[in-house]
Amino acid sequence: MALKVLVGCKRVIDYAVKIRIKPDKLGVVTEGVKHSMNPFDEIAVEEAMRMKERKLVNEIIVVSCGPAQAMETIRTALAMGADRGIHVEIPVDKMDTFQPLHVSKVLAKLAEKEKVDIVMLGKLAIDDDSNQTAQMTASLLDWPQGVFASKIDKTDAGLEIIREVDGGLETIRTTLPAVLSADLRLNEPRYATLPNIMKAKKKKVEKMTPADLGVDMAPRIQIVSVEDPPVREAGQTVADVDDLVAKLKEKGFSSA
Amino acid sequence: MRGVPQLLSRAKHIRVGFSASEPVLAIQAGILQPDKFTQTFVQIRGLKSSKVISQAPLTAVDIADSGKQLKQELEAIVGPGNVSSGESVVLQHGQDEGPHPGKSPDIVVFPSSTEEVSEVCKICTRHNVPIIPYGTGTGLEGGISAVEGGVCVNVSKNMNKILQIHQEDFSAVVQPGISREMLNQEVRADGLWFPVDPGADASVCGMCATGASGTNAVRYGTMKENCLNLEVVLADGRIIHTAGIGSRPKKSSAGYNLTSLFLGSEGTLGIITSATVCLHAIPESVAAAVVGFPTVQNAVDTVVMTLQCSVPMARMELLDEVQMKACNEYSGLSYPETPHLFLEFHGSESEVESQTETVRDIAADNEGGEFQWAVQQEDRTKLWTARHRAYYADIALRPGCRSLTTDVCVPVSALPDLVTATKADIAEHGLIGPMVGHVGDGNFHTMLLFDPADPEEFRKCKEVANKMARSAIALGGTCTGEHGVGQGKMALLEEQFGKDGIDVMRKIKGALDPQQLMNPGKIFSRK
Repeated sequence: MALKVLVGCKRVIDYAVKIRIKPDKLGVVTEGVKHSMNPFDEIAVEEAMRMKERKLVNEIIVVSCGPAQAMETIRTALAMGADRGIHVEIPVDKMDTFQPLHVSKVLAKLAEKEKVDIVMLGKLAIDDDSNQTAQMTASLLDWPQGVFASKIDKTDAGLEIIREVDGGLETIRTTLPAVLSADLRLNEPRYATLPNIMKAKKKKVEKMTPADLGVDMAPRIQIVSVEDPPVREAGQTVADVDDLVAKLKEKGFSSA
Repeated sequence: MRGVPQLLSRAKHIRVGFSASEPVLAIQAGILQPDKFTQTFVQIRGLKSSKVISQAPLTAVDIADSGKQLKQELEAIVGPGNVSSGESVVLQHGQDEGPHPGKSPDIVVFPSSTEEVSEVCKICTRHNVPIIPYGTGTGLEGGISAVEGGVCVNVSKNMNKILQIHQEDFSAVVQPGISREMLNQEVRADGLWFPVDPGADASVCGMCATGASGTNAVRYGTMKENCLNLEVVLADGRIIHTAGIGSRPKKSSAGYNLTSLFLGSEGTLGIITSATVCLHAIPESVAAAVVGFPTVQNAVDTVVMTLQCSVPMARMELLDEVQMKACNEYSGLSYPETPHLFLEFHGSESEVESQTETVRDIAADNEGGEFQWAVQQEDRTKLWTARHRAYYADIALRPGCRSLTTDVCVPVSALPDLVTATKADIAEHGLIGPMVGHVGDGNFHTMLLFDPADPEEFRKCKEVANKMARSAIALGGTCTGEHGVGQGKMALLEEQFGKDGIDVMRKIKGALDPQQLMNPGKIFSRK
């Protein structure tokens, strides 16, 4: 009854980096900038590992779509304990137009090919904040989805998932196979230790292209422009309360 | 430049450089009382009175001009945007996180390279103006307070790169703007970490300057054991590398151990512009445990026996019953209000398991209570919540209060007696003083709470703190285990080292900083 899990990992600009907009205003600077695994994907890998430690899962396959450097992300996941990897190679110049729908199609195809029971993703990637891939993958596969998961338990019939929603927590039950996405409070990911990093170097990573999976790469969304938020203006000192009230009225904050 | 009268009233003296090599004093008879002023100046600056020259009265403009010239020269080096004498800027740069009110410098500069720092020092030397290095301002002993005014050199704002990471050699080279959490974040992916953890997210170079330590010292050492090399700019602008230029071997017998000299020198010998520090492998497995004891003696006996069994403990923290009460109230926990040990074990899975077993048995032999332990990251975090939030729990005991945090270190066997005596003293003075100790090192802190508006209470806290430090020295320990001497413990230092010991320190300082410009008023007095 042990399950097979496919975990998606994305290589994104590290959360601590100060983002700079490219001169052509169509994207952000990625050259020479520190990248790391999307934090929500780390949580996804960690959850898969914990399920493996509880003997619910017997194989974890990690997949990442991207250029050559995506291999680093795959190796990190392998160092956390995933069993093998799949690198779906996307040329660097095609990365700007490689969008959540394409990722979903790739993951759906791989889920069927590898006959997995669970597709585990992060709830969103911190570079585009799309929060679409898990949902679209579930739709393409016609599988149930448990997104924004903050707790996942196995039941006889499938899974019981506690989800974080605006109003609080929602408990749902799904059958298997299913698509899940990890929210912040699902777990605290482990650090990759040196012995595991060394072991990871020997684990198998398969390479393929979207074409191999029959996925077309034509973009559905066009980025029109990317801009900085407006520069913060200097404050204005006001002389007294009357002055303050007058200024508020002037700026339309007060009608009285 | 701020108004001249304020400048004169705050600084006890003025340095006005008229010649390139010799500081010369000009007295303006109308603004100051020459005799008292001369005396004070000569005494502080160590100048012979023959060097004091009375000239035709200076106008306020003349004095302001020399300050303006200093500012212009600094701007020429670091850029006008990187020199400030704005009120909020200087205020921030004179006050650290300790309870002592700090004095603001006159000017703050933000250099962007070691070369700029060197030029800044040359200018300050020429103008005979004090130099105060500034990292993150997270110190606790007033180390950055500009007691004689001067130029604060903030080396963390613009010099914030990790210059090198050597994964296989387990070392990294960082600039002052890199804090320990930033370094950890960077090397995490390589399975490495920087284990010196003083609590605050301090600048790594700043930690070198104060000889910082933390909860992991019992296994991984303090800053002194984790620093291979320092790049230092001296007062006269010369740049040296304490272990050799670009050197980073694990050990060396070459020359004097200058690295050791500058570690813990608290900015009084030079400005650290980069540090080569040791990294360690992230442990494969980590377990945390908490166990309570009827008395501090029981807890310390457990610690001593554990160390005697060569259990390679990663963290051993003692929290007394006052601290446990505070933690219970603050974090909504329900620990028994008795002394507790908070423990952490590092190693492979089997090692951690066997270490935990050993310590559990030792604790039981010493009247230990329930032994709670956890392996999962979140459970460990929850178990250690009490220890992590200790400081805030203390402040919450008396909202609005501040804490005078003491820091003594004694041989472990002397700890129970010192703790008992200190507790009695705290009770006698009617103070609240929860205790947290890095008991594996014999180092403990009391958070003596005081109302900032009540100078009498602060005085009592100082009295208890001084008494504790003196007892520590008498028991074969030190008046400061981690925080440094700064201003607050200068008298205690003499007690610990004796006149001759301090004199050697003075001579070394005199050799490296003849004009006494580097962070004056810290560690020991001029005479």
